[in-house]
Amino acid sequence: MKNPDFAAYVPMLKKAKLRLLKMHFESGIGHIGGNLSSLDAVLFLHTQVMEKDDLFVLSKGHSAGALYVTLWAAGQLSDDDISQFHKDNTRLPGHPVGGWHPGIRFSTGSLGHGLGLSAGVGMARRLQKNNTSVYCLMSDGEWNEGSNWEAALFIAHHNLHRVTILIDRNDLQGFGRTGEVANMEPLGDKFRAFGFDVLSIDGHDPRELHRALEQPSGLPKAIIMKTVKGHGVSFMEDKMEWHYLPMTKEQYQQAVEDVERL
Amino acid sequence: MRNAFCQALIVLAQRRRFAFLTGDLGFMALEPLREVMGELFINAGVAEQNMVSVAAGMASEGLPAWVYSIAPFAYARPFEQIRNDVCSHRFDVKIVGNGGGYAYGSMGATHHALEDYGAMLCLPHMRAYIPAFGSDVAPIVETMADTPSPSYLRLGRDEKPDGFTLPPYSGWRSIVSGGGPVIAVIGPIAGSLISKLTAMEEQKRPSFWVVSELPLEHNPPPAAFTADVKKSGALYIVEEHSAHGGLGEALTRWLALAGGVPPRFGHFHAKGYLSGRFGSQRFHRKECGIDADTVLGVIMEGR
Repeated sequence: MKNPDFAAYVPMLKKAKLRLLKMHFESGIGHIGGNLSSLDAVLFLHTQVMEKDDLFVLSKGHSAGALYVTLWAAGQLSDDDISQFHKDNTRLPGHPVGGWHPGIRFSTGSLGHGLGLSAGVGMARRLQKNNTSVYCLMSDGEWNEGSNWEAALFIAHHNLHRVTILIDRNDLQGFGRTGEVANMEPLGDKFRAFGFDVLSIDGHDPRELHRALEQPSGLPKAIIMKTVKGHGVSFMEDKMEWHYLPMTKEQYQQAVEDVERL
Repeated sequence: MRNAFCQALIVLAQRRRFAFLTGDLGFMALEPLREVMGELFINAGVAEQNMVSVAAGMASEGLPAWVYSIAPFAYARPFEQIRNDVCSHRFDVKIVGNGGGYAYGSMGATHHALEDYGAMLCLPHMRAYIPAFGSDVAPIVETMADTPSPSYLRLGRDEKPDGFTLPPYSGWRSIVSGGGPVIAVIGPIAGSLISKLTAMEEQKRPSFWVVSELPLEHNPPPAAFTADVKKSGALYIVEEHSAHGGLGEALTRWLALAGGVPPRFGHFHAKGYLSGRFGSQRFHRKECGIDADTVLGVIMEGR
């Protein structure tokens, strides 16, 4: 794990957030809420934590924008690439398609796949005596999917402690609040019962994320990151509709002003 | 075929490094493989969706993975994982389903696989291997290992009559020559026809072919087969699989594109559970009219 440069990260985050808003506005598509709740973690992991051969798996594929803009911030995607987001003939559709870019190994978007894939990578690396890390970012609503619990069982049983689960706990899912649709609480206790080391943090505080990642543990970690859907944009925060809605011009301008003030 | 499969993988493990994942099955069959493979043999538990995703993740690291279960649990339960995690990335994952067709007999419908290779062949890059005889399994396993692609292997029960000598394995094989109509069969049901065919007069009996690999784009019909079909003007296809997505549809499409389906044509295929009653593999074949007596009766009467 790298030594993070927090001073450099803060302006990088603002720049990435503005680019994320711009690409979503220009494409006229939604999913911006969950991208804003997860961007902090995706960007911090890629630019301040991950070593060259570590792997990031975006199980919540609808946060593709956060991944694309992170790869752009890290110099792995160009301005031209990003400007093609969600357009015809693009390589950057609304959910990532894997295999063409080293930072996008898997096609995700159907929830409940990323953790099993991460477990497979972790298992193969263990068998090949490779000690690199795998980070799997998941949504909270995604834990409705039974396949994730199969994967959690597998990871804990084999103690694949180099696989880390990060949960974007914004408390909102497709058609309601997570507590109202299928209450998963106490989520942390569920992971503990499976055999995970559970850490609950503020998902918008990079220092807390760093501490959680750095904390020594012989177990696989589940880091529950409390986040806010639409984080940093006043009219989007904690609103389910920003899972879907595109921004109007006025809303985009307001969002940019909000982020500029951060 | 399960034991032949186990032995073939033991041989393969001597020259190739791969992972083997089972969905908690293999009692009294796969223990020797477990012994040989050590930590590369993983019992993934009764969790087939995760098992396929794990296999895809392993293959993404350059470690080919074989995934094993009873056929419907191998291809139907984790269909989306096969589609998204394996096929969309063209990862080197082999899905192995034991008990194709009605092989699990009176265990009931949940254990039957009537649409397995059809469903698999809808997916990009997927290849299906359907051995007819136990001796086909070893060369098929070698071929699968040498083809870094998603693939599906349907295992069944060898029904070859004792004493009958097979030609060497090939994706298409003429098993019994004859001057009559052409029969193309896929899977172990082929074995049930052999004794009856060899008892018939050669000039009148059907020309009997076995197909073991799909899609036909990778295993096209040989010239000798199409010549047989042209000469006799009659083709009958037999398979223990639904009409949709099976050899019948694939071969007629192939022939239609190549110039035409012969004037006499028939397709014998699985029809589910017509009476709502359950029994042995033999019972279900009879009910669907894909048993040897019904098939040969219809063909030789020219209906």
